[in-house]
Amino acid sequence: MFSQTTPAISPNSTGGVRRYIALALSVICMGLGQLYNRQIVKGIAFIIFYVSAIFQGFELWKYSYWGFTTLGNVPGQDHSLVILIKSLVGAFFFLIILGFYIYNITDAYRNGKLRDQGRKVAGIKKTVKNTIEHATAYLYLTPGMTFLILVTLIPLIFTILIAFTNYDLYHSPPGKLIEWVGFKNFIKIWTFGSWRRTFVAVFSWTVVWSVLATASTFGLGLLVALILNQKDIKLSKLWRTLLILPWAVPAVVSIILFAGLFNTHFGPINQMLATINIGPIRWMEDPFWAKFSVLLVNLWLGFPFNMALCTGILQSIPQDIYEAAVVDGASPFKKFWKITLPLVLYSMTPLIIMNLAYNFNNFNVIYLFNQGDPPIMGLRDAGGTDILISWVFKLTLNKLKYNYAAALSLIIFIIVAGFSIYNFRRTRSFKEEDLLQ
Amino acid sequence: MILNQKVLKVLRLSLSYLFILMMLCITIYPILWMIGASFNPGDTLYSSTMFPKNPTLSHYKELLTDSDYPFLRWYGNTLKIAVMTAFLGVLLCSFTAYAFSRFRFRGREYGMMFMLVVQMFPAFMNIVALYILLNMVGLLDTQLGLVFVYAGANIPFNAWIMKGYFDTIPKSLEEAALIDGASRSTIFWKIMMPLASPIIAVITIFHFVIPFGDFILARLLLTSVNKYTLTVGLFSLVNDKFGQNWTTFTAGSLLMAIPIVVLYMSLQKYFISGLTGGATKG
Repeated sequence: MFSQTTPAISPNSTGGVRRYIALALSVICMGLGQLYNRQIVKGIAFIIFYVSAIFQGFELWKYSYWGFTTLGNVPGQDHSLVILIKSLVGAFFFLIILGFYIYNITDAYRNGKLRDQGRKVAGIKKTVKNTIEHATAYLYLTPGMTFLILVTLIPLIFTILIAFTNYDLYHSPPGKLIEWVGFKNFIKIWTFGSWRRTFVAVFSWTVVWSVLATASTFGLGLLVALILNQKDIKLSKLWRTLLILPWAVPAVVSIILFAGLFNTHFGPINQMLATINIGPIRWMEDPFWAKFSVLLVNLWLGFPFNMALCTGILQSIPQDIYEAAVVDGASPFKKFWKITLPLVLYSMTPLIIMNLAYNFNNFNVIYLFNQGDPPIMGLRDAGGTDILISWVFKLTLNKLKYNYAAALSLIIFIIVAGFSIYNFRRTRSFKEEDLLQ
Repeated sequence: MILNQKVLKVLRLSLSYLFILMMLCITIYPILWMIGASFNPGDTLYSSTMFPKNPTLSHYKELLTDSDYPFLRWYGNTLKIAVMTAFLGVLLCSFTAYAFSRFRFRGREYGMMFMLVVQMFPAFMNIVALYILLNMVGLLDTQLGLVFVYAGANIPFNAWIMKGYFDTIPKSLEEAALIDGASRSTIFWKIMMPLASPIIAVITIFHFVIPFGDFILARLLLTSVNKYTLTVGLFSLVNDKFGQNWTTFTAGSLLMAIPIVVLYMSLQKYFISGLTGGATKG
């Protein structure tokens, strides 16, 4: 069989300047390129949008620009924080319009290319139909994303920006203006003795805490699930239901409850230990025991959830794998190590990652149990059990050091986001998503 | 040999039961202690015992009648916020999940990544900005403002789980409906939502319990005592002077915990399948 020796060259597929003319016209003014492409209605609509955006948006952008660069001129009259937020909102509108503008340029180029190739561009009816079909997804996304942007994204960017200002007790609006200070806050956290000491101490404990908290709850949860999953255990459903209880009780209540249980002077735990002549252990006041007890409290709170998940996975493992393993002479230990654990880990990995990130920022347990105490000499506003997030909280609310709090928040953001993105990229939920349908 | 195996089995079983017994004690003891404390006549942590000699209902009475703690008011606030959050949250999450599950549009991957990243951050880290934003639109110290924050901040996690469930619903039904000329919104309301009702129930409960579990946002965004939610109210009760008011606090906690425990216990089965389905299947 002879294959085609020379590829068919279509005279229309090369050359042509219409695409570039359309592109240039659309760069000059939104809609001109579309008009040039004979898409009259679309072009006019774009022009109207463009002109009104310029007139309406100009004040906003002028304000945004002024706000971002100065954060206000007159102390007592200009409120730097409000200016910053308003500028952010203005910048968002600007980005949306910029998006339309870029779309207008690529659209002009695409249709110009179609004309260069001698094909017809879509008429207005078809355009509207295409738009509706393609834009449905965005329509469904709009409400959720609007809320997300307003409640999380804009505040997040705001916090990041505050990290580069001098917003603290002495520069507090409306009485005083806030100024940009560049990387000064970060440099101070890293170079100033007590800040650096505190940061290193709190950060290392945060890492240790999130690893231990996640590993302990997962380990105990898996152990309980395995034991209850043995075939000859009676009433396993009842035990499971009772063991779920800590998950069901609102955490705020149980954490405060534990603060009472672990109370050094009056708490039942020390009273019980006293009967066997131990203690009193200073659960709340000694840095080591404080860390230990907060891990125990978290274990109590967290193992039922892991147990429930592990049970679900264990029960979904087909039994014939085990039967085959027994035939091959595998010991129970080997069955666990080679079959159960890999399968459980495989399914649990995304949840373990989420759990790690969650514990990294597990404010409730740390703060409600012990307020991050006990106080440690030489640390800046942080106690023995304080993790980064509770330290940030104290800096914000008790000390009004918003700039340092924001700088630390940014550091937390980078760590957790980087870690999560890296790991989620590797899990199958992202890679094989479409295969599962 | 056979005897040996029997001994091993008995040993294994008794160790297992011993372990289960131990776990049950550890799990249930704090809860029993809370119940016991709430019937104690005294006020303080010091005087409260697990099995009071003269049990009394006075703390419950105090909570329901004493004007010092507007407990019923707090309860009402919490329920109101919970219902509003559930309604708004489920609506927002279903739309978002539907878009991510059923459409392949430009920016989809980035959108999903964005949701994953922002869900890692406790909303209170942004408290200063939220405070100003809510103040600007006049929603500071209002329940509606708190509802907006709750619903918005919890979209990623819940929409993610919901998307996982939507993914398991076969597309053929929708395709058939599309051929019959049904619009996208008809398909969403008449086909997807009814089919997804199990996960919608789960997401509703997840949203409903948010105000029962959150402390910090409610603490910072609601400033007047009359607008407090239960968690803020109870914490203020016990934290003003730790140990004083302890028994009243336990009584209040019990009243708050009971409906949530009942909800969780009756629906735990669905939670697990919802979570494993959503989180592991993506």
